[in-house]
Amino acid sequence: MQNKITVENLNAWFGAKHVLHNIDIGIQKNGITAIIGPSGCGKSTFIRCINRMHEVVPKAKASGKVMVDGTDIYDSDIDPVDIRRRIGMVFQKPNPFPTMSIHDNVVAGLKLSGVKDKKKLDHIAEESLKKAALWDEVKNDLNKSGASLSGGQQQRLCIARALAVEPDVILFDEPCSALDPISTSKIEDLMMELKEKYTLVIVTHNMQQAARVSDYTAFFLYGKLVEFGETNQIFKKPKEKSTEDYIIGRFG
Amino acid sequence: MDRAKLSFFRISRSKLSGDFIFEAVIGFFALGIIILAFLLFRELFIGSALSRDIFGVGFLTSSTWDPVAEVFGALPFIFGTLVSSFLALIIAVPFSLGIAIFLSELAPEKLRTPLSFIIELLAAIPSVIIGLWGIFILAPFIRDYLAPPLSTYLGFLPLFQGPMYGLSMLTGGVILAIMIIPITSSVSREVIMTVPTHQREAALALGATGWETTRIAVLPYARSGIFGAVILGFGRAIGETMAVTMVIGNSPRISESFFSPSYTMASVIANEFVEATSKIYISSLIEIGFLLLVISFIINIAARILVWKLLKVEGGGAT
Repeated sequence: MQNKITVENLNAWFGAKHVLHNIDIGIQKNGITAIIGPSGCGKSTFIRCINRMHEVVPKAKASGKVMVDGTDIYDSDIDPVDIRRRIGMVFQKPNPFPTMSIHDNVVAGLKLSGVKDKKKLDHIAEESLKKAALWDEVKNDLNKSGASLSGGQQQRLCIARALAVEPDVILFDEPCSALDPISTSKIEDLMMELKEKYTLVIVTHNMQQAARVSDYTAFFLYGKLVEFGETNQIFKKPKEKSTEDYIIGRFG
Repeated sequence: MDRAKLSFFRISRSKLSGDFIFEAVIGFFALGIIILAFLLFRELFIGSALSRDIFGVGFLTSSTWDPVAEVFGALPFIFGTLVSSFLALIIAVPFSLGIAIFLSELAPEKLRTPLSFIIELLAAIPSVIIGLWGIFILAPFIRDYLAPPLSTYLGFLPLFQGPMYGLSMLTGGVILAIMIIPITSSVSREVIMTVPTHQREAALALGATGWETTRIAVLPYARSGIFGAVILGFGRAIGETMAVTMVIGNSPRISESFFSPSYTMASVIANEFVEATSKIYISSLIEIGFLLLVISFIINIAARILVWKLLKVEGGGAT
């Protein structure tokens, strides 16, 4: 077992509101870790601390250590821009750039890092779309607007866009909550494939989804990590009373 | 039970009549504006009939403006209006965009409101004051400090040739630019503020810096609205009268140099209406007014449609 990400004593605030309390957690390499918990428990804030997206919200701040491959990403000489290039993120609402074509959406991150070679861009666009299981559906429409796709396709386009910059870790913030069941199962299948090469963390409201896709599950409540363990154990034999209550639907 | 029902209806009936009066009154006011605009249009059309009969389409293409011989052509004024307004846009757009981006993306939270307020306050300065400032400060400044380097370094272009006496197309353009920056920047700012957070986050999560986020996510998303804001500024520049009349030199000539004096449609109406003694003179001025109204209408409608379209898309797309 090897930890890709080790979080130590992580705290986060929105203004004066303390939303994450002393989180310690180790996220395993090449696996899927699900973060579950009721609304407002700090799940999204937690994963947004892993790629330093939390701090882009006005007045938000975080303290503690988040070690990725042994480097603390909150170290003062680390540029958050570099962190976000290594740790991709897929959001709740599919957010392709509407004025860009499908092709340009996929390579947007690469262009930011200065890749100009057209052949290389085309090649990576194709590879990323294939990895995101979208290539067959869009290969003849690469110049169409990213906004012309269906919601599920847009979300896979966003995954392709995240994959194109070759991150090690991809964070999913409730990636299926705006999608229909068929699109959802496509994204879940995709995640199962991606975990061979990437470390995935998914925030989800959907307990079945957590049970289906994840290897590890963390249960958050009121900004605290209540329980963390193998998904099987969390769902079948939770140690904490509140975990059990949440899983069987007593609250949340 | 019945009594209760009855009183219920009674209350609602009296409310209804109140509603009716209220609606009739505000309906009258609202409709009044539309009728007024229509009458204005009609009046200008009728008033210009004589000029249209005599000069026909040639009015638009002739550059003779000779009140003594009673021969009139509007081309120098159309030229002056369009060129000074374009010049104003070229100067105002970079400033306005910079202001809008600064206020919406970069400025510290505490500075945003006071700064936007100050910029919008610029629009409240009476244009005659801006015109006075233009005559006494800006025109000499441009003559002494801006024109010489322009003619030295860009003098190979016909745009920057010839003598410069201060009152000129260039001065008019700069004055107009100052006058349209408030509207263009504040509408652009509003449009940029409507760009959803998820678009900015999409760029940031790919490792975009602040400026890159503005460039790849914010500006493309807002582009049609920003274009609308620019056109709105253009519309304002076209109709602006007082300040530009004071600094543009008021000479009905078409010159390719920005250093030469020029004349705009609005200025000629303001300047010459009192002296216009013959019927055809008055009618020609009215026709210029009619043309000005038509041009401003078209431009303002186009701009509003662009801005609305964007705001509407946004309202529907947000979660």
